Amino acid sequence: MRLGTPTTVLTAGAELLADAVAQQAVDTRRVAWQPPEGDADALAAVMADPRRASANETALSRMLAAEASLVDVRPASEALGLGPGEFLHAGPPVTWERASGPMKGALIGAMLLEGLAETPEAAEAALAAGDGVAWEPCHHRGAVGPMAGVVTPSMWVFELRDDVHGNASWCSLNEGLGKVLRYGAYGPEVVDRLRWMGDVLGPLLQTAVRRTGAVDVKAIVAQMIQMGDEGHNRNRAGTLMFLREVLPALVDSGAPSDDVAEAVRFVAGNDHFFLNLVMPACKLQTRAAAGIDGSSVVTVMARNGTDFGIQVSGTGDAWFTAPANTPEGLYLGAYGPDDANPDIGDSAITETAGIGGMSMATAPAIVRFVGGSVPDALATTQRMYGITVGENPAFGIPILEFRGAPTGIDVTSVVRSGVLPQINTGMAGRVAGTGQVGAGLVTPPMACFTQALDALAARAQQP
Amino acid sequence: MKQVDVRKAYVDSVTLMQVSRRVADLDGVAAALVAMATDLNLELAAGMGFDVPATVSGNDMLVALDVASDDVLAAARTEVDAALAAASRPAAGGFGDAPPPPTMRAATRDADPETAVALVSTPGQYAFADALDAVDAGLLTMVFSDNVSVAQEVALKRRAGETGALVMGPDCGTAVVGGVGLGFANVVRPGPVGIVAASGTGAQHLLALLDGAGVGVSHCLGVGGRDLSADVGGLSTLRALDLLDADEATELVVVISKPPAPEVAEKVRAHAASLGTPVVFGLLGPGQPDLTATAAAVVEAAGGTWTAPESWGGAVSSRRGQGVLKGLFVGGTMRDEARLVAASALGLEPASLEMVDFGDDEYTRGRPHPMIDGSLRLDRIAHETDDPTCGVLLLDVVLGLGSDPDPAAALVEPVRRATAAGLPVVVSVIGTRDDPQDLRRTAGALTDAGAAVFLSNAAAARAAADLAGAS
Repeated sequence: MRLGTPTTVLTAGAELLADAVAQQAVDTRRVAWQPPEGDADALAAVMADPRRASANETALSRMLAAEASLVDVRPASEALGLGPGEFLHAGPPVTWERASGPMKGALIGAMLLEGLAETPEAAEAALAAGDGVAWEPCHHRGAVGPMAGVVTPSMWVFELRDDVHGNASWCSLNEGLGKVLRYGAYGPEVVDRLRWMGDVLGPLLQTAVRRTGAVDVKAIVAQMIQMGDEGHNRNRAGTLMFLREVLPALVDSGAPSDDVAEAVRFVAGNDHFFLNLVMPACKLQTRAAAGIDGSSVVTVMARNGTDFGIQVSGTGDAWFTAPANTPEGLYLGAYGPDDANPDIGDSAITETAGIGGMSMATAPAIVRFVGGSVPDALATTQRMYGITVGENPAFGIPILEFRGAPTGIDVTSVVRSGVLPQINTGMAGRVAGTGQVGAGLVTPPMACFTQALDALAARAQQP
Repeated sequence: MKQVDVRKAYVDSVTLMQVSRRVADLDGVAAALVAMATDLNLELAAGMGFDVPATVSGNDMLVALDVASDDVLAAARTEVDAALAAASRPAAGGFGDAPPPPTMRAATRDADPETAVALVSTPGQYAFADALDAVDAGLLTMVFSDNVSVAQEVALKRRAGETGALVMGPDCGTAVVGGVGLGFANVVRPGPVGIVAASGTGAQHLLALLDGAGVGVSHCLGVGGRDLSADVGGLSTLRALDLLDADEATELVVVISKPPAPEVAEKVRAHAASLGTPVVFGLLGPGQPDLTATAAAVVEAAGGTWTAPESWGGAVSSRRGQGVLKGLFVGGTMRDEARLVAASALGLEPASLEMVDFGDDEYTRGRPHPMIDGSLRLDRIAHETDDPTCGVLLLDVVLGLGSDPDPAAALVEPVRRATAAGLPVVVSVIGTRDDPQDLRRTAGALTDAGAAVFLSNAAAARAAADLAGAS
């Protein structure tokens, strides 16, 4: 810096003083300031932590450097070491008593699928008693699961690797829309579909991926972002590009042609199939930024249908949780707001990585779920740049002149601005067994961020 | 009754969900599903009890309505048409402006420290975060906010040492950077004098005196009233000296401050001596020259010619009865200087003089600074006019950017009433010829109201003391 005549004055606070600058024909850039949320002393302590700026830079650079390649498709028992009666689920930890309808429904379906119960009633009784079953968050094993996110030992999972940071992540295969396990449905058609996915689809994809070689999922995500997909509620281009990658090996696999046709029909008919590859790719990105002392960057946002939980780089694997909000949006058929369950699923890992709702500008169609407009979508993403530490040039948003996705949600920026990360999401029915009732927009509760702020303050170094 | 229409049309599912909701909201409509006839939607329709023809395909649109009567059915179909038409109409207007930055950090993105400066005036308990953002970005950062803790001030200034920024403040009211006034600043001509000021109104007075003498100012950098304390150690003063030394436009530097803590004074003086640019110290307080004398020395040092600042006589030439001198100020440094000058002239203890600073915290809690809103002082002038123990009234008026656009307007009537009551009123007007309020018009209005007007605060105090000391 040297002294000169400024051409721009950045102002925060009294408008009168900004006006006095503007009177001198100097540009002003005015902060839309508001008092911060949470404890002012905690905020000051975290801001003053001399490690913060460089720790957040490190978090961002690791996120940008992370890779994501699909290297295998395997049963969860093998890939994740799940034993009989061991299940994974979405969000922070939850007990049976506090579990929401769709979470309970998905766990009941898991019992039926694994042959651990003959009837839903028997499954429910065993789950309530904790009899021969145990469940923990997907995130505790480095995995992610959409909506209820329930993974059982016999389910097949995608296995993705980030060779730059030596991490792996896993996600189940997407079942499609409507009455599906991840939305808490567990009827016979749900279990039958899952059996087919385990018996036919999983092994076929395994063969295809092993014959094709590693599939660069990050590259497909980068392309889909430029094709109108934001990677959370819209995965249409991504799904077709993925199919394009594996189709030759599928056809060439020697498997019965009716099985191949059925698998291709299933994947092509489900616009969300690729979501279950976007999610572990995003997990690899955010996991690369985990565990950096002094960093206030969010590395996990996840919901179990009861609580919303976040994890922050500088506080390791501690969860900061608060009751989840209920999404606002549009409903399928005759369903309405009373039918919707609070926010659920690990899919907010996409927003944690800067896409999904954070990059809504690239998928204007999504904003209409809440009766919004294209300018709303653009404004939302531009607002998100205000709470992130940087941008991801690999995920350029064409309508914003290829500006990179807003990446690295910063706890201090969220509490200071009151601006919460924007999440696009599906809505599950409140009652176990219902399935999907709609889709819409939701934000995390502010309390997750103020708790994280307090924890960062307790660990902060003095300047 | 349940009715299913099939239309040959394609509309995306998001739009159709909106249409469904709009139609379902009509009175008499129990349920509505407007959707493409995909397998999923056929299942949904069946689940809602609709009987869908088996011949439909995924390219057909279902309009399934559960309605109370034929009239409602007709209304619902009209609504479907209207909603579909509305959805296909492009929105008016463009993409809209980008939202304003929510934090200073966001505002500093792409900000160039060569061309951008930051001005933080948020409430003191919160100012640290926004100031730190600007310092992290390496910007010249003015912290107008007061009530920032010493620990936070030190943290900001240490960080500035790492990023190459300069912290002006906290509680920095005045700065001029390359001709641009920040906070309460006077409009001065460009010139060779660089100012480092630990006092806002002190800086304003020096700016006004130099400009009045025809000597211009390159930059006036505030450092905050605590900068030269032992706790802060002169961090910003040292940095400001370096910046001015490196600045091509600056040929002479003036430091104005209360006397620093001894160890800090030594450090600052030693540093000043090591610079290529000469540094003049104008210290404020007992036994020190007043600001007018400092200005005179600076003008001489800058090669200018000093003439005493102008003044105009008042309507009342003696004190009222046996009353004493009282002062009512908006500038803290103006008050302090006037108290010392008048006490010395009168041979009194400074503390014995009743001199009020309306800019003090006790008068500004929950209200604007008196340089913006002088109503509290106006009430007090009326009160002193009616109080026979007040024999001479001394006031200051501070002009410049950010201040009341016409402070004389409100003062004229109370001053006229005071002088009419035989109470002499002496006013020091701090301002420059280019200030937006118009210095000459302001001085003229006050003179017309009967006040004696001085462009030197020390001269005003001396004149007031002369009036008060005469028997």
